[in-house]
Amino acid sequence: MAAQPRFRDRALLLAGPALLTIVIFMVLPMAIALVYSFMTASPYGGVEKPYTAGAYVRFVYDRDLDDSLVFDTTYLQIFARSLILAALTSLGCLLIGLPMAWYVATRRPVQRQILVLLVTIPFWTNLLIRTYCWVLLLRDQGLVNNVLLWLGLTKAPITFLYSDGAVLLGLIYSSLPFMVLPIYGALEKMDPRLVEAAYDLYADRWAIMRKLVWPLAKPGVAAGNLLVFVPALGAFLQPDILGGGKKLMIGSLIQQQFTTGRNWAFGAALSMILMAFVLGAMMWSAWRRAAIAVPV
Amino acid sequence: MQSLQTVARPEINLRVGSEGQSQDQSLDIETDSSVRLVQVQGVTKAFGVGPTALKALDNVSLTIRTNEFFTLLGPSGCGKTTLLRLLAGFEHPTEGAILLDNKHVVNDPPNKRPVNTVFQSYALFPHMSVEQNVAFGLERLGQRGPEVAERVAAMLKLVRLEALAKRRPSQLSGGQQQRVALARALAPQPRLLLLDEPLSALDLKLRRGMQVELKRIQRETGITFVLVTHDQEEALSMSDRIAVMDHGRVLQLGRPSDIYERPNCRFVADFIGEANVLPGSLFGFKAPYVAIRPERVLLSMKQDPENSGLPGHVVEVVYLGATTSCTVALQGGPLVKVERSDLPTGLVPDRPVICRFPHDALLPLES
Repeated sequence: MAAQPRFRDRALLLAGPALLTIVIFMVLPMAIALVYSFMTASPYGGVEKPYTAGAYVRFVYDRDLDDSLVFDTTYLQIFARSLILAALTSLGCLLIGLPMAWYVATRRPVQRQILVLLVTIPFWTNLLIRTYCWVLLLRDQGLVNNVLLWLGLTKAPITFLYSDGAVLLGLIYSSLPFMVLPIYGALEKMDPRLVEAAYDLYADRWAIMRKLVWPLAKPGVAAGNLLVFVPALGAFLQPDILGGGKKLMIGSLIQQQFTTGRNWAFGAALSMILMAFVLGAMMWSAWRRAAIAVPV
Repeated sequence: MQSLQTVARPEINLRVGSEGQSQDQSLDIETDSSVRLVQVQGVTKAFGVGPTALKALDNVSLTIRTNEFFTLLGPSGCGKTTLLRLLAGFEHPTEGAILLDNKHVVNDPPNKRPVNTVFQSYALFPHMSVEQNVAFGLERLGQRGPEVAERVAAMLKLVRLEALAKRRPSQLSGGQQQRVALARALAPQPRLLLLDEPLSALDLKLRRGMQVELKRIQRETGITFVLVTHDQEEALSMSDRIAVMDHGRVLQLGRPSDIYERPNCRFVADFIGEANVLPGSLFGFKAPYVAIRPERVLLSMKQDPENSGLPGHVVEVVYLGATTSCTVALQGGPLVKVERSDLPTGLVPDRPVICRFPHDALLPLES
């Protein structure tokens, strides 16, 4: 009997460093943001008392001149646009990433290692620099327009930059490895004999993709979607640089509150709303997966 | 595919009728084209090109008859699996033709051939239940609903796995997975079932059981089985006919008893069962070599009146339970293995003995 509490103490001791790391780097910042979101913004940055829910009210209501609250959808629209862009980013990454992962997974081992290395190479350079490279490519005098003009496909330069399309392109570009790698991980474990077996059992290419490759890739697709969707929702670099900051996204909006906007309370409140939303989406997808897994 | 059963029936009679002589069997193939299911004609398969190309198959020709249990037997790397993959359609021959039901199939992909395979590693679809695995081929052929359910149930009954229909492959033992793979390949009623060393992953006892099962299933379904194996015992016990292969060639093709009792070359004599291979001149044969099975050699302590035996001395005696194995060094060097249950007592190393070789047990080998 005496051994049991000692064992529990030791387990706690062993888990201690991990718990401490989580508390310091995750729980604590979240708690600070939560507290800040219920405080009042100081005009010089930072927050001060009194405690208030004003920041959350501001998300859906605008304070009129006579101090009455008017329902206002500006921030909701930003939120919705961010959601749509993040969803499109996930979709785009999936459409490009799935065939890519399949291609890599079906090469010989040596080729596979080289190709995986190529997929990860963009990580070696700063994201800011890579995003600026897209500006150089897409601007009116950029490489893409020059090539199009030279080919005679267009008479005048096309304005690609500072549009939702350019933002989407930037987001897909920077998120693609996060979709390719988990799907590749799922497909790489697949026994190539399974494809032969399906082929032998009268499956054509399309049926092999639909009935074999897709179901086996699904766990990777789920992981990839999460890794792409969540960061894309909070992205501010691509909307700022490629979108020109014309149309705000939730990430840029939050970033602005802490820098030029000097409204830390509102910034923290927006972060909390975003986090609540992401958590909700993740829980919903986990619940749905569990619900599907049971009847089959 | 539905006409399979009716086509197969008369052939059974043919085979039973010609049980006595192997010559008759080859006659069937020559004269009656309905008996020829698969014709492999001068097939060569080379991997790679130029002088470094590896010839996995070298001008192989053979015919597989309807409703037979045909075995490709040989050591690893002899080309037997390559031949199987050519029949399935996974590989394309470098030269030669393959006919199935008298139609050229070389250019048909695997999903267009009425041929199914039981893979060595089973290759069951991990995300599907046993039922779904078995139904896969039927659904790809466009069958739906109760038709599929009925056939799946019948197949699972055939392999005695009715109780496990809802399980996933990962929840099954190796032997059970093997049965699912078999049911899955049999479900679409192929003209030809290919089995790629299907029993090699099972332990010995399970393997024996599955040998009997496979033979029963082949009889019950009337589907032609082509088995690839390197296990000569498996080949002898299950097959109607065996093709012994080495270095991409078929060395001998015949019934198990033909191959065991009348091997045509040193490799076959050595590979199928155990054999003592001795110079032919020792017994006055023209053939360069003569083989004799260890169980056919007679051993005695004294020379018989006719002086027909060859003298030697005992090298080693090993007691094996049912039999005793005794290695004898004949005068002049060659070793002879004798394995019998009626060896004389008192055999100890260096003891002089006489080996006698009954004339009808000597198998002259051409090469």
